[in-house]
Amino acid sequence: MSELRGEEWLITGARIAGGDRADIHLSGGVIAAVGAGLSAPGARVLDASGLIVLPGLVDLHTHLREPGADDAETVETGTRAAALGGFTAVHAMANTEPVADTAGVVEQVWRLGEQAGYVDVRPVGAVTIGLAGKNLAELGAMADSAARVRVFSDDGHCVADPLLMRRALEYVKAFDGVIAQHAQEPRLTEGAQLNEGEVASRLGLAGWPAAAEEAIIARDCLLAAHTGSALHVCHVSTAGSVEIIRWAKSKGWRVTAEVTPHHLLLTDDLAEGYDTVFKVNPPLRTRADVDALRAGLADGTIDCVATDHAPHPVEAKEAEWAEAANGMTGLETALRVVQLAMVDTGLLDWAAVADRMSVRPARIGRVAAHGQPLAPGSPGNITCYDPAAGPEAVDPGSHASKSRNSPFGGMELPGRVVATFLRGTATVIDGKVTK
Amino acid sequence: MKRHLISAADLSREDAISVLDTAAELASVAGRPIRKLPTLRGRTVVNLFYEDSTRTRTSFEAAAKRLSADVINFSAKGSSVAKGESLKDTALTLEAMGADAIVIRHPASGAPHRLAGWVTGNVINAGDGTHEHPTQALLDAFTMRQRLAAGGVGGSGPAGAGLDGVRVTIVGDVLHSRVARSNVLLLSRLGAEVTLVAPPTLMPYAVQTWPCGISYDLDAELGKSDVVMMLRVQHERMTAAYFPSIREYRRRYGLDMTRMARMPDHAIVMHPGPMNRGVEIAAEVADSPRSTIVAQVANGVTVRMAVLYLMLGGAEEAQ
Repeated sequence: MSELRGEEWLITGARIAGGDRADIHLSGGVIAAVGAGLSAPGARVLDASGLIVLPGLVDLHTHLREPGADDAETVETGTRAAALGGFTAVHAMANTEPVADTAGVVEQVWRLGEQAGYVDVRPVGAVTIGLAGKNLAELGAMADSAARVRVFSDDGHCVADPLLMRRALEYVKAFDGVIAQHAQEPRLTEGAQLNEGEVASRLGLAGWPAAAEEAIIARDCLLAAHTGSALHVCHVSTAGSVEIIRWAKSKGWRVTAEVTPHHLLLTDDLAEGYDTVFKVNPPLRTRADVDALRAGLADGTIDCVATDHAPHPVEAKEAEWAEAANGMTGLETALRVVQLAMVDTGLLDWAAVADRMSVRPARIGRVAAHGQPLAPGSPGNITCYDPAAGPEAVDPGSHASKSRNSPFGGMELPGRVVATFLRGTATVIDGKVTK
Repeated sequence: MKRHLISAADLSREDAISVLDTAAELASVAGRPIRKLPTLRGRTVVNLFYEDSTRTRTSFEAAAKRLSADVINFSAKGSSVAKGESLKDTALTLEAMGADAIVIRHPASGAPHRLAGWVTGNVINAGDGTHEHPTQALLDAFTMRQRLAAGGVGGSGPAGAGLDGVRVTIVGDVLHSRVARSNVLLLSRLGAEVTLVAPPTLMPYAVQTWPCGISYDLDAELGKSDVVMMLRVQHERMTAAYFPSIREYRRRYGLDMTRMARMPDHAIVMHPGPMNRGVEIAAEVADSPRSTIVAQVANGVTVRMAVLYLMLGGAEEAQ
C-alpha cells in the first residue's frame, strides 16, 4: 500500500481516547504530530469536534470465509465491513475450505488482504491438520511464511486432546506464538443447541452446559502454567470461565481471553421464537453470565473484545434451529455494542475501550504496527467515532458484509464510526468506505 | 384461540376448556351412522410429516375427514438442506397449493415456529423434536376429564370443567419427551397438580422452574396419584448412559401389577404410545381396565376434530 502513503490528513478537535482535545497530523503513513492548533498546509482536514479518536481497532477473531465460502463473505467484503466498524487489523480464522493449515493457504489469505487494502489481515493458522484434532499442522511453516502467523486456532473445534494441546502450547514458544482455544468439551456438548438452562429445557433444545467450556479452560490454564506457554481463550461466555481466568491470571500465568460483543449484550431467552439469527457457538447465556463478562472485561480479566464475525448466507439460517448454522456477523456493530454495554453503563471509559479493542488485542496477536499510542511516530492507524450519534436501529441490509445474519437487526444502538485510517490513509470517511 | 397451536402455552384455560367441550359434543358424531360433518367442506388440511408416525397422522387425517376437509398427506423424511428441499421451500409449496391448515410433525424442536413464519394458514404442531405435542396433551386432558371429573364413574365430565385438584404423575424420559412438556403446561393451566418422576439423568435441566413437582421415587408418588402417565423409554438412552440397563430402569421406574395395586382404586393408567411392553409398562397393566390407552386413541380423533373446528373458523358456521 506504499502508493497510498502519500495521503496527508489533519484531524482537528478530536478527544484522544476520550481525553483531551487535540489535532492529529497524519503524514507519510504515520502520526507526524499531535497537539493543539496544529497547522498542516496542503493536508485534507477532518473536523473531528465531538468525536473520540482511538487507535485503530484490532479484531482477534474474524471469519472472512475465503477461500471456500465466498457466498458468505470474501476477504474484500469482510475487510470492508471491518474498516466500516473502525478496525484496522483483523485476524482471519482458519476454518476455511481448504483449511488454513499450510503456509500456502495463510499466504493466500494474507495476499488477498493486502490486495483489498482496507485493513491488515493477519491469518490465523490451524493448530491441527484439517481442524481434525489429530495431528499438528506445520505451525512453524506458517510462522515463517509471508503471512508471519503468530496466532493458531482450530476455532469452531476444540483442541480437545489434552496431550495435543500441551504439545501445541509448547511448540509455538519457538516463534512466540499463541494458541487460541475454542473451549468446548466435545462429549459434554454432543448435539448441543443452546445454553443448558431454563430456556433450552423449555424449548426442547439440547443443552450446552457452561461446565463444558469451563472444564477446558481450567485444563488449558493448568497446561499453560505447566509449560510456561501462552494461551488465549476465544469467546469466553460464562461467569465460571471469568472466575477461572481471573484465578489463572492471579497466578501470573500467560493466559489471555476475549469476549464477543454479542455475549456482552444478548441472552438465551432471545431463542424463544427459534429465530436462528440467535444461534451461535458458544451459545448466548444468561443475564448473570452477561454481567460477569462485563465485569471481567472491566477489570481486565478478559483482555479484549473480539467479534467472532461469522457471516452465513441466507439459506444457512433459514432452517430449523438444529439444522441452522452457528454464528453472527459483528464487525460493523462491535464498537456500538461496546458503547452500549460497557461505556454507557459506566464500566469502561474510552481509554479503556482503546486498551480492550486495540492495544491488548494487538499485543496478543503480535501485531506490531497496531495498538500503538496516539503519539508522534506511531503508525497512522486511527478510528474516529461519534458516541453522540444515534441511537439508530441496525439495518443488516445496509451492511458491507456479504451476509445479513446480524443479531442486532432492528436494535437501537448508539454511536457511529465516522472515519478509519490505515497507515495514514483514509479507508472510511463520513461513515463510508473511500473506495 | 390463537392462529396457531404450537405450544400448549398458546391455550388459555378458557381455550383449553373450549376444546374439551367441543370435543365432547363432537364425540357424539362418532356414534352416528354417518360420521361426517360438513363443517370444513372445501377447506384443505395438509399433514406434513417429517417423522414416521402412522398413529398421529391417521388420527389427524380421520379428524379432518370427519369434518369434510380435503386432506393432503405430505411425507418428507429427513430435514436437512443436504437431504432435500428446505422446510421453507416445502412451506411455500404447500402455501401455493392453498393449504388452509398445516399439521406438522418434525424431528427438530421449533420447526412449527419456523413454518408459521412462512405460511398464512394455521399451523398445528403434531410433535416437534423434544419440544411439544399440544394435541396429545389435549387428548390426555380430555381422557382424564372423561374418566375422573364425573367422579370416576365414566361418561364425560361436565362441560366447562377443568382438572382442578387432579393429581397427575408423569413417569419416564421427561428430558426427551414433548408429551411431558405439553402436558405440564396444559394440565397445570387446567388446575391439575402434576408431578414428574424420572431418574435424575432424564430430568430436564432447571426443571424446578416448571409448574410441577419433581420426584425420583415412583413408589412414593403412586399412592397419591389420580393419574399415572407412563412415557416411552427408548433403548438407545441406555447406551448414552442415562441409565445402566433396561432391567434396572424397569425395576425402578416401570409400572407393573404390584405397583399398580398401590394406586388409589379410582386412579387410571395412561400412555401416549407407542408402548414398550415389558419395559416402562407391564403388559397386564396396559391391558387392565384401569388403562385408558385405547380410549386415548379414540379421543385423539375427537380432540383433533375440535382443534381443527375451532381453528379453521368452523365455529361461526356451525352456530
